[in-house]
Amino acid sequence: MATHSVTEDCEQLRKAFAGWGTNEGLIISILAHRSSAQIKLIRETYAQTYGEDLLKDLDKELSSDFERVVVLWALDPAERDAFLANEATKRWTSSNQVLVEITCTRTSDQLLLAKQAYHARFKRSLEEDVASHTSGDFRKLLVPLVSTYRYEGDEVNMTLAKSEAKILHEKISEKAYNHEDVIRILSTRGKAQINATLNHYKNAFGNDINKDLKTDPKDEFLAILRATVKCLTRPEKYFEKVLRLAINKRGTDEGALTRVVTTRAEIDMKIIKEEYHKRNSVTLDHAIGKDTTGDYEKMLLALIGRGDA
Amino acid sequence: MALSHEFQALTKSFSGVRVANAPFIIGFPDLHFGGFGVDEKSMISVLGKWHKDDIKSYRKESPHFVQDDRLFEKWLDLHVAFLKREFLRLKNAVVLWTMHPWERDARLIKEALIDGPQAYGVIIEVACTRSSEELLGARRAYHSLFDHSIEEDVAYHINDSHRKLLVGLVSSYRHERPKVHEEIVKSEAKILFAAIKNADKKNPIEDEEVVRIVTTRGKPHLKAIFKHYKEINEDLHDDESILAKTMQCLCTPQTYFSKVLDASLRQGADENTKEALTRVIVTRADEEDMKEIKEEYHKQHGVSLSKKIDDVVNGNFKDFLLALIARGD
Repeated sequence: MATHSVTEDCEQLRKAFAGWGTNEGLIISILAHRSSAQIKLIRETYAQTYGEDLLKDLDKELSSDFERVVVLWALDPAERDAFLANEATKRWTSSNQVLVEITCTRTSDQLLLAKQAYHARFKRSLEEDVASHTSGDFRKLLVPLVSTYRYEGDEVNMTLAKSEAKILHEKISEKAYNHEDVIRILSTRGKAQINATLNHYKNAFGNDINKDLKTDPKDEFLAILRATVKCLTRPEKYFEKVLRLAINKRGTDEGALTRVVTTRAEIDMKIIKEEYHKRNSVTLDHAIGKDTTGDYEKMLLALIGRGDA
Repeated sequence: MALSHEFQALTKSFSGVRVANAPFIIGFPDLHFGGFGVDEKSMISVLGKWHKDDIKSYRKESPHFVQDDRLFEKWLDLHVAFLKREFLRLKNAVVLWTMHPWERDARLIKEALIDGPQAYGVIIEVACTRSSEELLGARRAYHSLFDHSIEEDVAYHINDSHRKLLVGLVSSYRHERPKVHEEIVKSEAKILFAAIKNADKKNPIEDEEVVRIVTTRGKPHLKAIFKHYKEINEDLHDDESILAKTMQCLCTPQTYFSKVLDASLRQGADENTKEALTRVIVTRADEEDMKEIKEEYHKQHGVSLSKKIDDVVNGNFKDFLLALIARGD
């Protein structure tokens, strides 16, 4: 029965491209309601049946924001991350924040899959591209963040948490934000250990570490450090903020909006929506509805509604 | 009555070094120390047959015992410890051989971190001579064995100029595509050359660009750099620096392994150097490497690896090593 509906999906998608114009509604109604595993099957069947790559057809038929959200959604999560990471390393769309986002909010194995997909698609390693396209303090931080394969267990060493909280506090007080110990702790310790360390930081020194990292609002490196901390410890709050800034910006930042929606729809969108509602007093659906239009809007709303019963 | 050739045989079986054609020489302890492994058969046949008087004579004549004031021949601590290590060589080799390669590499790195700077070479060896997937496996095994990632432990325990390089090497996940960009190879070879030339002003392994190239580029790319470098200057083969070692492991591992094996088999080698014999043979015995390592060893030293091991190593440990090397012949 499952195979039958995959064939049907392919036929419908093919129909959606037929003739003049494109039936975007049909595309949304199918793709937005399939999981990444199901989409993988659809792509394979489409290729076997019509001898063409579904993504290439989507690329031909769709335009701009809508196309991007559909194509990104149709990619396998690992391929999606590889694609976004590659974009982020290119000089003209340089976005260190996207690299921090991908390397710090994914699990160790998700990041590993992304790196494997990167090997396959770009015939280079993500590490070598990030290393050769960044420099200075940003390279010092980003290369380790990309290269790490963090321990994901629950084992936490409280003595270590105390001593590393102390080190962080010392270096931050000295304004030595790029100190190798700061980078070492943030880029190699497991997330449970980092959480323990930062909890101790707050207990012992009074402030959240990010408050202490806000000394210069214009300093880009500090901003990236804060993003790193947030992504590692409170990803849902990080994503809420990215969405809030993307939507409130004069004319929406579709890139960020599309990226967060497509990469989190299957992961923690429900929690992000709750966070958004708490922080903004309106629902994310409402905000997106107000700020975007047409098929782009429809697709976004369909994707963020996926988790809902 | 114990015969003098039995004295010699027992000394050798206790990992004493054979001094060709010489009678048992009293008072020259350094001639009788420093072999490899123990000759179980010889021990059994000699000691099994001797009376306690023969054994007492042996103790009185041997430089490893001292006459104690309380009227007994006391065994020197150092030699007892030495013997213990030599007895354990077979056990270590067998256990390492049976272990899953991922666990093997994870444990080797953990031990190297405990041993300190003298063992940095082991970390470099494991990180650079394994394939991307093998290194990844070791990283996974390390999580399971030690509840930490390799990179966090390396970063934490290494505080000197080696940190950046070693953390980068153990974290690498290289793409192994065969296609190489000539211009990038040339420009990166220049960078390495400049850093090595400038070594007395700045340690090359603390140079950001050097570390970037060596820890992120794929092996085919690095081999091309190595080749290009050789064409424009001297060989890195005789260079003993950490950077040279790293490049050798990455680009010409069989040369590196052949050197390490040779050092381990020399008389007077320290324990760290000697350990390499077990480590290299056990970790490469099943790889295509071993054939190349044997060829390289023969080329460099004029004698086959098996013959050298046969000469220098004793007992069951020797037999095990020879069996491992002979696989695939």
